[in-house]
Amino acid sequence: MPDVAAVRRRLISDGIGIGVSAGAFALVYGLAARQAGLSPIEGLAMSAIAFAGAAQFAAIGLLVQGVPWLGIIVLTALLNARHLLYSASLAPWFTGRSRRERAAASYILTDEAFALALPAFRALGRYDRQTYLIAGMFVFVPWVSATMLGMLFGELLPDPTTLGLDIVFPAAMAGLAVALVVDRRAATAAVVGVVVGVVVALAVGPSVGILAGGLAGPAVALMVRETPAQVSAAEAAQTGSAGLP
Amino acid sequence: MELVALAVLMAAVTYPSRAVPLILPGFDRLPPIVDEYLRLIGPGILASLAAVNVLVITDASGDRRFHLGPELLAVLVCVAVVAWRRSLLPGLVCAVVLVAAARWLGAA
Repeated sequence: MPDVAAVRRRLISDGIGIGVSAGAFALVYGLAARQAGLSPIEGLAMSAIAFAGAAQFAAIGLLVQGVPWLGIIVLTALLNARHLLYSASLAPWFTGRSRRERAAASYILTDEAFALALPAFRALGRYDRQTYLIAGMFVFVPWVSATMLGMLFGELLPDPTTLGLDIVFPAAMAGLAVALVVDRRAATAAVVGVVVGVVVALAVGPSVGILAGGLAGPAVALMVRETPAQVSAAEAAQTGSAGLP
Repeated sequence: MELVALAVLMAAVTYPSRAVPLILPGFDRLPPIVDEYLRLIGPGILASLAAVNVLVITDASGDRRFHLGPELLAVLVCVAVVAWRRSLLPGLVCAVVLVAAARWLGAA
């Protein structure tokens, strides 16, 4: 079992690219917010309080078009519904932690924090508060600080898409999924997640597609027979000889 | 300053989806089949998130279309590098260089 320092080093190495990507897009968001007429405090409040990535970009676009707040709030809820799956997936790792700690941890739960923290917990075989905090801060700090920079100096900077930085987010999500594909069921969940996600996204919309892929992939994967080694591991876990949730 | 209130309302609808399963009593003591389902959510949703991001494009009018371009190749290269080197950063660097080069050459 790797020690905590080694897992954190790996986490930091993995988090650098994600932090750069989050910062680059927060610069763009800050610039867009300023062009939409938001004051620096309003733009910063969106990033620090809502801390909702794509929903913030959508909110800016809808505000410019004069869409009522109710529409923006409903869209935000739909765009962020996938966090339910992240939270549910992490819940077993928080066994024994106080409700206050869980409530605080929820605040910084994003796509990236989930993708960074889950492989780290798996590697450690347990939850580790500082590891989770590092994973969360790799998004929160660059997102909030770069929002302010974008609002103040965004027009001086090149578009991140021309530098290819828009590929960092999907590439990071796929790359971090690699560490979670440890057996046939996990591989099936990933493949079915891709197919269902894309088909539903084309038919209904990207947010619903992502959610559908995340729900359907594991459901189909449960039908895949476990290998004898996996059955033994599951039985060992049930008798308490293994610590993984 | 009134949009600070909108930020608070956006947070009010986002936070429950982040918190409810983590805070709800009993969510960490579930039957094995549910535990196994939750374990599989990680690879399922991360793969779905990546695929939808690179394969589905929504244009300004809201129309969606399937897109095959260097972005998919970049993600696959990143996955291969991560599997080989067991580290994300080199994979991301390869993906960014590939996409930036493709766009510079006019391929995307």
